[in-house]
Amino acid sequence: MNTSLISLQNVCKQYQKLSALDSVSMTLNQGEVLGLFGHNGAGKTTMMKLILGVISPSSGSVEVMGMAPDSKAAWHTRAKVGYLPENVSFYDQLTGLEVLTYFAKLKGFNKKTAVDLLEQVGISHAMKRQVKTYSKGMRQRLGLAQAFIGKPKLLLLDEPTVGLDPIATRDFYQTVDQLKTQGSSVILCSHVLPGVEQHIDRAMILSAGKLLASGTLAQLRQQADLPVRIKPTGLNGSVSTDPKLSQFLSSGSDRQTLLVPEQEKLATLKQLLSYEMVQDIQVEPANLEQLYQHYLSQPVSLPGGNKS
Amino acid sequence: MMQVLTVANKEFQDGLRNRWLVSITLIFTVLSLGLTYFGAAASGSIGITSLSTTIASLASLAVFLIPLIALLLSYDSFVGEQESGTLLLLLTYPLSKSQLLLGKFIGQGAIIALAIFLGFGSSALLLYFQMDNSQVIASFSLFIFSAVLLGLSFTAIAYLISLSVSEKSKAAGFALITWFVFALAFDLALLALLVGVDSELGQQGLTQLMMLNPADIFRLVNLAGLDSSDVNGAVAIAINASMSQSQLILSLLAWVAIPLSLAIFILKKKTL
Repeated sequence: MNTSLISLQNVCKQYQKLSALDSVSMTLNQGEVLGLFGHNGAGKTTMMKLILGVISPSSGSVEVMGMAPDSKAAWHTRAKVGYLPENVSFYDQLTGLEVLTYFAKLKGFNKKTAVDLLEQVGISHAMKRQVKTYSKGMRQRLGLAQAFIGKPKLLLLDEPTVGLDPIATRDFYQTVDQLKTQGSSVILCSHVLPGVEQHIDRAMILSAGKLLASGTLAQLRQQADLPVRIKPTGLNGSVSTDPKLSQFLSSGSDRQTLLVPEQEKLATLKQLLSYEMVQDIQVEPANLEQLYQHYLSQPVSLPGGNKS
Repeated sequence: MMQVLTVANKEFQDGLRNRWLVSITLIFTVLSLGLTYFGAAASGSIGITSLSTTIASLASLAVFLIPLIALLLSYDSFVGEQESGTLLLLLTYPLSKSQLLLGKFIGQGAIIALAIFLGFGSSALLLYFQMDNSQVIASFSLFIFSAVLLGLSFTAIAYLISLSVSEKSKAAGFALITWFVFALAFDLALLALLVGVDSELGQQGLTQLMMLNPADIFRLVNLAGLDSSDVNGAVAIAINASMSQSQLILSLLAWVAIPLSLAIFILKKKTL
């Protein structure tokens, strides 16, 4: 792999008595999209603040683009980092354009950049209106436009799709994919997001300041060893009579679904296909939400998983 | 430097947008013109009285109003941005904490300074045309200059408040208390001290105590040169003590610089 953009080595962050992050290590390469998951207070925002250099680690080392982000030397790299905070409310009495122009100027860009970005996130029709008249989704778009100023090499987005309607969410992910192809790295921080799976290269799951798991979704699935859900239609109960298949039948109310371990998947599918009357088969690997639930229900002392 | 100016410009625009500049200027203009023109109404005549009476009344007006306005304008500068989350965001930008603070200070300071200049400057003009006395310009330059310093000093004090609390409402409360202490209570306490222990505390000691309050320094600067008949309170006694005008101005400058440096220090230590 090429040189990593971010690397955290055994980073701990202590707030008085509270341990917000406990010995977390990670790396992020150029052009990679990382999903950072965890419930409230898991340490996601603390980790972002450490990477942004707003706070310093209690122990361990943080490196962003080859230097400590809280040092003076990292000053000029800040213009190449975009950040969308959770729950930010911009200056209400200013218009959207004024807000974005202010932030653009602070990064060394001009009003033109601001206008273009407002166009890109689709709120250029409202740019002359005061931010206090904006809906939640429009504010979120304004926040995103702010994070995109200057085509950042690194984007940290805290709950980016909160308040966005499905179309805006799709547009947002398209932008993320686009930034990724341009070589930007992105950290998406969130509770579990539906639809985020296709857009992230790797996932990290944090809980109570500890890293529970990290790796590609395939790796996480393998580690978690969660069953594949297979749902055949048209078999009319012959599944329950087949000894080979009936062992996988889910025990819940849904008597149609088979929960099959990954390594038995193909054998099961072949078996199902041998029935003439089968009309359709739905195959669903464990999704992110199930993985997340699985890792959170594990005892905390699990090793950090594959550190890629 | 660009960053400081960007922040300053934004704060100045905010001051214009919120009608702060307009309303402060209007208050200063109306009150100062009123005092200048009708100051002698109590003695039965309308029209401009002596320069020293006018300056004395304007100074006693300014000493209450300017600190209050400066505190009101700036008390939520940091705690407000902290509550809305923009402070954290700004600090991820290529903008240092001292640049942010200085930018705000320049922007909001410019609002106060401009309002004082326009508001009291109008009185100066009125007086100048009525009296045709070049002494007017000199006295008013000193008055306006020291009033601006007073305003800046309380802007810096407001930042201290704004950085030390975590809620906007608390900052408002502290700002009000600060105003009460410096504008009213301090003088009363001095008077009480004077009456209570007059033998111990000489004029020199009193003047030195007054250096602890920028509002009193402002009074001293403006009243020192006037007939003591126009001046009353603790200041009247202190005036006779030897303290040169430049020393007083320096003390006022210190009252701008020290709270400002302290505010930068607190902001640098602040964890978000």
